[in-house]
Amino acid sequence: GRMAAAVLLLLQLLLAAGPAPGRADAGQERRDALREELLLSPLPTGDVAATFQFRTRWDADLQRGAVSHYRLFPKALGRLVAALGVRELHLALTQGFWRTRYWGQPPLQAPAGAELWVWFQPTVTDVDKAWKELSNILSGIFCASLNFIDSTNTVIPTASFKPLGLANGTDHHLLRYAVLPREVVCTENLTPWKKLLPCGSKAGLAVLLKAERLFHSSYHSQAVHIRPICRDASCLAMSWELRQTLTVVFDFFSSGQGKKDWSLFKMFSRTLTDTCPLASQSKVYVDISPKNKEKELLEVSPPPTSVHEAVVQGEKKTYAVYDLLSPSLFNTSRSLNVQLKWKRPQDSSEMPIPTLHAQRYVAGYGLQTGQICTLIYNTHPYRAFPVILLETVPWYLRLYVHTLTIITKGKENKPSYIHYQPAQDRRRPHLLEMLIQLPANSVTKITIQFERALLKWTEYPPDPNHGFYVGSSVLSALVPSVTAMKDTDVEQSPLFTSLFPSSDGSSYFVRLYTEPLLVNLPTPDFSMPYNVICLTCTVVAVCYGSFYNLLTRTFHVEEPSRGGLAKRLANIIRKFRGVPPL
Amino acid sequence: DQAEQFLRSGHTNNWAVLVCTSRFWFNYRHVANTLSVYRSVKRLGIPDSHIVLMLADDMACNPRNPKPATVFSHKNMELNVYGDDVEVDYRSYEVTVENFLRVLTGRIPPSTPRSKRLLSDDRSNILIYMTGHGGNGFLKFQDSEEITNVELADAFEQMWQKRRYNELLFIIDTCQGASMYERFYSPNIMALASSQVGEDSLSHQPDLGIGVHLMDRYTFYVLEFLEEIHPASQTNMNDLFQVCPKSLCVSTPGHRTDLFQRDPQNVLITDFFGSVRKVEITTEALSLDREVAAVESKFPDEELATEPLKYAEQLPVAQIIHQKPKQKDWHPPGGFILGLWALIIMVFFKTYGIKHMKHVF
Repeated sequence: GRMAAAVLLLLQLLLAAGPAPGRADAGQERRDALREELLLSPLPTGDVAATFQFRTRWDADLQRGAVSHYRLFPKALGRLVAALGVRELHLALTQGFWRTRYWGQPPLQAPAGAELWVWFQPTVTDVDKAWKELSNILSGIFCASLNFIDSTNTVIPTASFKPLGLANGTDHHLLRYAVLPREVVCTENLTPWKKLLPCGSKAGLAVLLKAERLFHSSYHSQAVHIRPICRDASCLAMSWELRQTLTVVFDFFSSGQGKKDWSLFKMFSRTLTDTCPLASQSKVYVDISPKNKEKELLEVSPPPTSVHEAVVQGEKKTYAVYDLLSPSLFNTSRSLNVQLKWKRPQDSSEMPIPTLHAQRYVAGYGLQTGQICTLIYNTHPYRAFPVILLETVPWYLRLYVHTLTIITKGKENKPSYIHYQPAQDRRRPHLLEMLIQLPANSVTKITIQFERALLKWTEYPPDPNHGFYVGSSVLSALVPSVTAMKDTDVEQSPLFTSLFPSSDGSSYFVRLYTEPLLVNLPTPDFSMPYNVICLTCTVVAVCYGSFYNLLTRTFHVEEPSRGGLAKRLANIIRKFRGVPPL
Repeated sequence: DQAEQFLRSGHTNNWAVLVCTSRFWFNYRHVANTLSVYRSVKRLGIPDSHIVLMLADDMACNPRNPKPATVFSHKNMELNVYGDDVEVDYRSYEVTVENFLRVLTGRIPPSTPRSKRLLSDDRSNILIYMTGHGGNGFLKFQDSEEITNVELADAFEQMWQKRRYNELLFIIDTCQGASMYERFYSPNIMALASSQVGEDSLSHQPDLGIGVHLMDRYTFYVLEFLEEIHPASQTNMNDLFQVCPKSLCVSTPGHRTDLFQRDPQNVLITDFFGSVRKVEITTEALSLDREVAAVESKFPDEELATEPLKYAEQLPVAQIIHQKPKQKDWHPPGGFILGLWALIIMVFFKTYGIKHMKHVF
């Protein structure tokens, strides 16, 4: 009795005192969380856009202290942020172009090719060196040629690209921006992107990410965003947030086979079977907003678990929500195949026009000069708003800033702020940043003339006749909202509403990209060195050779030969006969 | 006998360097060649971290590909060699002669990531596969530069002197491919080529849906041969030499084994194409310290900020308009300006003489 009690007490003391090595973090609360989300929005032209967002939030400070235990946050990116003093990182790889005019404002757009912009911590002394190292390391992680980012395509914007996360002050010398418009996106970029997800592509929403369907689309954009955010509403501590987003637009004609009805199986050739056990939230949102305040046009099946209303990009929208973690969803069948059907055929006159959209093209003829024209449309009936235009033009298109004209409604429109940094040959590109006021219901045309340079023959790429790309220009604007947005708790609202921090509800921030341009430079004929060598050598051999012969050739008489054996024999016989020899 | 075999091979790790040197859509077959060797090598056990894959152009997501994200090797789209899990280390414009030689010799800029390096040592067996357009003594890279057989032989000699390989298998599938291995002079190299000097390597079959030839003949039959190999198979190199006789290949494949020390009869295919690890069983025991785990579980304490942190304003119009341009750092005048001023001053004093200085001051 007493002995047993004493032994029990001793055992309890031992267990409480020493830490059990196998349960090292069982007592701690979880400091990281994963939320995943899929947004399906049917577009006015009959296409459908699917946006995946995977957000890992980690309540730790990567800069201070040696963090060695990575759970949901990928170690490759965590080590990168800590070692190079990165405050914010945004990398996007895109194939295709988002047609704002026909599809509406994008939730998050990226330019064609690869785009990388990074804010460094103020403690970093040599920002250029850190930038070069960062692009090399990222090229290894994502199998992209980001190592081609160097001073010839990097710029330091002064007004655009303010930090999206917590910021203590914005010294723009800590910002770097580069875009590689020629970069191709394919499965080898998707594979490492999927491997960064905590569940990989084996469970949860990521099972839908199959390359054969994702690249057979009009627009495919995958991005990685790392930034510090407020840990809670009081915002006294910060957490690190990693967002991986993937936007894909399936074409009505090629993937949809000409029918406007979509389903998960039709889009991805797969359905959802289970949830990622590491995710704290896993939802599918379908945009069922009625157009023109009429009754709903779109029908979804199976019936959603709930309906969510939110003000997104200044408009009131309704979403059907499928919560994959709710037990009732997978009750009837093991797989979830969300289907969208149109109740009645859509009128083509119902296509809404977005408030802000832009277009860019190259004008002119010939291989010497040209003109870059940008058209920016403000279709709001009575509100004007400012827009910042950022253009990065490679050094071999020499811009003439004195030919810059900005014309709105027939009159000249002087920008409130211009920052122009001219290019240095082979060292720095052109940077043009302007803050322009767009009057209500207007079209603004910005033109600038350029001259094409002749490159050295070793600087041409192996396929120079394809042309040279000029990266997309960036338009950042605060567009007035139709419906005022209320301040809601970031943690409760869907992920697609919380990427851009909003200051007041009367306007929302949007970043648009224009088309990239393809420009032909005067290209030499690369077979000419061979032709010239052949021709020169022939001419030299013929002319010089002839002169040399004429000058140095002497003529001398040659003794006739004594003749062959037969002739000698004949001569001997003739000698005997007394006849003169041959 | 198997134990003897196992002990005699002498390598502890396997590497593969697979290079496709051709650009443009009509050279689809070269990318398919390289990807089929990549697929076999991965299937037989070499991990992505030990494969350096160089593709000079992107065929899978090419706008002319009717089936995006696929590269087929058999007509009627039977076998997708691109797959879902592929890591290309050098793509597009990065595939140059300089980068290829740097990868082989290890003379790479320090900021290159690990996946782009060939980190082999003196116990590595390396497989090098090259395909593209070639001629007598050279191989074309992306239609703009060439690598000659002398350069390649010298690169292998550098690798030997730095002890970067134990044994090397070099396979080349181009026209007149045998000319590329004529000049090798380093030991432990075995070479195979798809055609002799003066012969062209031909392509296999076109697919009418895709519109181009899908594979070259030699690599097509090598792929079929490798599909039957599994990590434990005992097939040796002599069988690989017999792949693709003249009746199937139209060209005469060649091989060179005089530099190789072992008899090809005793060399397994998996010595180069697979990754067979040697396991040494030890009887020593290690005791793990129980206290280590306790230290790891503590998180560094954080101090909270005194006032709330805030997000930056995305478009602060007033702040932007009133931004003062940064004062340019004053640099002392450079050489040209100094020289110009020195010239002007010299001419002035030569003309007017020193005695006029007092009028200046």
